[in-house]
Amino acid sequence: MKDKLKKIMDTAIEQIDATEQLDKLNDIKVVFLGKKGELTSLLKSMKDLAPEDRPKAGQMVNEARTKIEGMLEAKKKEFEKAVLEEKLANEKIDVTLPGTKLPEGHRHPSNITLEEVENIFIGMGYKVVEGPEIEKDYYNFEALNIPADHPAKDEQDTFYITQDILLRTQTSSVQVHEMEKGELPIRMIAPGRVFRSDEMDATHSPTFHQIEGLVVDKGITFADLKGTLQEFAKKLFGEETKIKFRPHHFQFTEPSAEVDVSCFKCGGKGCRFCKGSGWVEILGCGMVHPHVLEMSGIDPEEYSGFAFGVGLERIALFKYEIDDMRLLYENDTRFLKQF
Amino acid sequence: MDTSLSWIKAYVPDLSCSAQEYTDAMTLSGTKVEGYKEFDKNLDKIIVGKINKIEKHPDADKLVVCQVQIDEEGTEVQIVTGAPNVKEGQKVPVVLEGGHVASSHKDGQSEDGFKIKKGKLRGVESYGMMCSIEELGSNSNMYPDADPDGIYILSDNPEYASAAVGSDAIGLLGLHDVVFEYEITSNRVDCFGVLGIAREAAATFGKKFVPPVVTGTGNSEDVNNYIKVEVENPELCPRYTARVVKNIKLAPSPEWMQRRLASVGIRPINNIVDITNYVMEEYAQPMHAYDLDTIEDRKIIVRKAAEGEKFTTLDGQERELDDTMLMICDGKKPIGIAGIMGGENSMITDNVTTMLFEAATFNGTNIRLSGKKLGMRTDAQAKFEKGLDPNNAMEAMNRACQLVEELGAGEVVGGAVDVYPVKKEPVVIPYDAGKINALLGTDIPEEEMIKYFETIDLIVDRENKTVTVPTWRQDLERIADLAEEVARFYGYDKIPVTLPKSSATTGGLTDKLKMEKAARTVAEAYGFCEGMTYSFESPKVYDKLCLGEDDMLRKSIRISNPLGEDYSVMRTSPLGGMLYSLANNYNRRNKNVRLYEIANVYIPKELPLTELPDERTMLAFGMYGEGDFFTMKGVIETIIKKLGLDGIAEYKPGTSRNYFHPGRQAEVIYNGKEIAYIGEVHPVVQKNFEIGERVYIAVIDLKTVMEMPSCIVKYKGVPKFPAITRDISLSMKKDVTAGEVEEVIRKKAGKILESYELFDIYEGSQLLKGYKSLAYKIVFRAQDRTLTDDEAGKAMDKIISSLAEKEVVLRQ
Repeated sequence: MKDKLKKIMDTAIEQIDATEQLDKLNDIKVVFLGKKGELTSLLKSMKDLAPEDRPKAGQMVNEARTKIEGMLEAKKKEFEKAVLEEKLANEKIDVTLPGTKLPEGHRHPSNITLEEVENIFIGMGYKVVEGPEIEKDYYNFEALNIPADHPAKDEQDTFYITQDILLRTQTSSVQVHEMEKGELPIRMIAPGRVFRSDEMDATHSPTFHQIEGLVVDKGITFADLKGTLQEFAKKLFGEETKIKFRPHHFQFTEPSAEVDVSCFKCGGKGCRFCKGSGWVEILGCGMVHPHVLEMSGIDPEEYSGFAFGVGLERIALFKYEIDDMRLLYENDTRFLKQF
Repeated sequence: MDTSLSWIKAYVPDLSCSAQEYTDAMTLSGTKVEGYKEFDKNLDKIIVGKINKIEKHPDADKLVVCQVQIDEEGTEVQIVTGAPNVKEGQKVPVVLEGGHVASSHKDGQSEDGFKIKKGKLRGVESYGMMCSIEELGSNSNMYPDADPDGIYILSDNPEYASAAVGSDAIGLLGLHDVVFEYEITSNRVDCFGVLGIAREAAATFGKKFVPPVVTGTGNSEDVNNYIKVEVENPELCPRYTARVVKNIKLAPSPEWMQRRLASVGIRPINNIVDITNYVMEEYAQPMHAYDLDTIEDRKIIVRKAAEGEKFTTLDGQERELDDTMLMICDGKKPIGIAGIMGGENSMITDNVTTMLFEAATFNGTNIRLSGKKLGMRTDAQAKFEKGLDPNNAMEAMNRACQLVEELGAGEVVGGAVDVYPVKKEPVVIPYDAGKINALLGTDIPEEEMIKYFETIDLIVDRENKTVTVPTWRQDLERIADLAEEVARFYGYDKIPVTLPKSSATTGGLTDKLKMEKAARTVAEAYGFCEGMTYSFESPKVYDKLCLGEDDMLRKSIRISNPLGEDYSVMRTSPLGGMLYSLANNYNRRNKNVRLYEIANVYIPKELPLTELPDERTMLAFGMYGEGDFFTMKGVIETIIKKLGLDGIAEYKPGTSRNYFHPGRQAEVIYNGKEIAYIGEVHPVVQKNFEIGERVYIAVIDLKTVMEMPSCIVKYKGVPKFPAITRDISLSMKKDVTAGEVEEVIRKKAGKILESYELFDIYEGSQLLKGYKSLAYKIVFRAQDRTLTDDEAGKAMDKIISSLAEKEVVLRQ
């Protein structure tokens, strides 16, 4: 019995080791472990043994069975691994081949800049509002302290539709709409398209964009205006940015200022972008003129405010070093896809 | 506006600063200096030399060899020159070896000047150069005594004749000077004159302002015996002053006056003309001189022109006037257009003996409009337009007469004619240091504020806390204006930096702007680049789009003063801009172009416009190259969903849009309203825009989308119960649309319909001719229980029987 078992085992081990194909393993399994297999018949032959020897013999047969099963399983895994490896080896690709081209969409550089500006002011509690592009003379001029026949009106080269309907020349008109609502305090920016009758060239366009800002509340000061714009400049152009306020004149603010920032290309040393001065003019601003507050129904004795106006393209052109404004309106995808 | 530093120093004698210091300080106190030009920028080692000996050059006929003394001790250097005008004993400017001049005889002006080295001219050594006025960086307008073709002979000018040999020739000629160019804002009329700027400079640097002292002038005669003045339109001419000068001796004006005028770009003519220009620059008050002998009836009448009246101005041009324009006339005829230009018939000529000086003020707006209508823009007009201070006119007039006497240009007749019916009085403004500090966010003591007021000649009444504002500062009206005066002399840079301490506000975008942002994100994910086009376009676009005669899109708003016909109407649709942009790309051979634009269109409520139009924001998409109608439709479907419309949008086949392919266009209907349209561009339109590929366009009307009931995204739960899926294959005539079939599915399936999907379209030999087959996968699900086959079966039966009514049958 013992010898028989050993012989079966040796044969089985030999056959399993020698197998080269996965499906042959099953045949071996049948030969040794199947219903009519050798181990099964050995087990059946146990009835010839003495009863006291049977348990031991049964244990031996079962051990042998477990061993063969384990070997078969191990061999099977070996085969499967080899198959997978072969498959993976065959599936090797040239990863340096180009990726599949997906269509690329890009935002307009002016609007990327606008979103940055919007986010800065939204973070400071400003709401973003819009106003009409075709506007009444009153909102574009008169309510901003630029009465009929004022020379400042001529300076702006206005496109007119009728005598008192025009294409707005400044987003400052939105200030008036916002103040007229009578909901105080106000903290708003109003981005939008404005129009001036300039022939188009590298630095002029009959259409461009401004971002107007307005804050009206009790106790608003010129110092607050300085602080707000300094914050804005640092967030837009970097922490190192310096800011310079120069007295200026606008009809709808008093005191008024123009604001220069230290050139963000050269850091103030002077380069071709700042024409060697180290400074770049970016906006006009001031304290809302008391007469403008009065005209919109706000008591200047109680409230004060500041306003500012930024030229969007001016910032976008500088930021991206675009040297010709016309590119912004040609919509050539070779240009647009750079942003 | 330009001034030289020396001219400013004439009224601020203690001023001492470099050009850059002046520029920075003036800019920060509100008088912006745009740039400056230093006359001595490229001048170095230039001294007064004396020509002791001149000999012929041994080898050149046109050259001479000079021994030039360069110091008091008698040191000589040898200089070879080709200049024809040198003589022994003359004093001349000499640039020594190693020095610099501004231009060279051969190469003209240079940015960096020229360095002078010793050299040999035809074999003879030369150690320096004698200079012409051009080599000194100037010109004969500023130095009229300089020989235009040769060396500047200093000793010919009595003023320079006694200059020490070896002394600084640049200083001697007053060329250590700078001309500043200013940007003056329209509110500061006073700073269009040198005196106004000098007053600012004095205040900025804390120095004393010393304006010219104008003394009494005139002989014992009475001007009223020479001239009478009548002003018919005092509202257009608030003040008219006139004086008379007789026994005029025309001559060049003195060099200092010529030089000041020339330094700011005014060409000197003769003493009388130069005086009027000088006073205009100094006082910002234009003046005019008439030949009194040409004035008929010895009478000046200021009146409006007759409509169509013709008049020849002193530049020889005939002008046609209208009845809004103001004229200066004598007893019989017009002699000048008020504030703009005098007449040829009364101008000063070389034969003048007696003249009338005019210093008047006119209504700025009237002058501006007249100038515009006449197409004229003179220096005088530019000043009058700003609205000048009438109180300044008589001062300027007297200053001019003083100069006439000082220069010996004539005999001033006693007295002045002054028609000034309503005198302009100074404004009195209360000041309140507390309020000013509250507006500025500062803590400036009241005494300091008063000091600032006084430096700019405001008269302070400490007791009543008011300032009286001289009439030349017409920009100061209320306390906010005083706050600016305080701020600019205190220094904008010294004002603290704070943030508003006010009530907290919540910022953010409007719903509309949020939608635009969402649309941008989707469009870009699908490969669309954002473009921008003008809001105005050519009306020719309508024909290119093949719009019908009555198409609503033709009803556009016209700009009354457009840049040109191509930019003359406000767009009523984004189509033109989009097609031009695509064409631009096609023309540049860009492939597979996809563009989008968020564009406002302007729909008039009626024409001509009496109220503001309807401004509607359109999301426009355009593409050519890869992709077709359904690519575009997919983009639109996704965007509509992202905009919050998650109901069913119906795509209704359309035929009404001429610019689209008649069989490939759809209106997108949501809640019964058209929210968008989509189509393939008509081949004719495509050709009109010169695009050689099929073009697809879609336009979403954001305003209509915003009117839809807003969809707030709510979590509906992930389905817990299993779904039942049924496939059906339907056969129908070709002209039945998928949309019609789907409408039946939606209406008949009931609440348990979860979704449906078209998965196969077939047209071919297995079907009757003219028929097609559509196959749908329909999914049913109940939220609260497991659906039975029976329920799904009933729903399917309803769908099938309803479809049968439309002759849509199950495919056998």
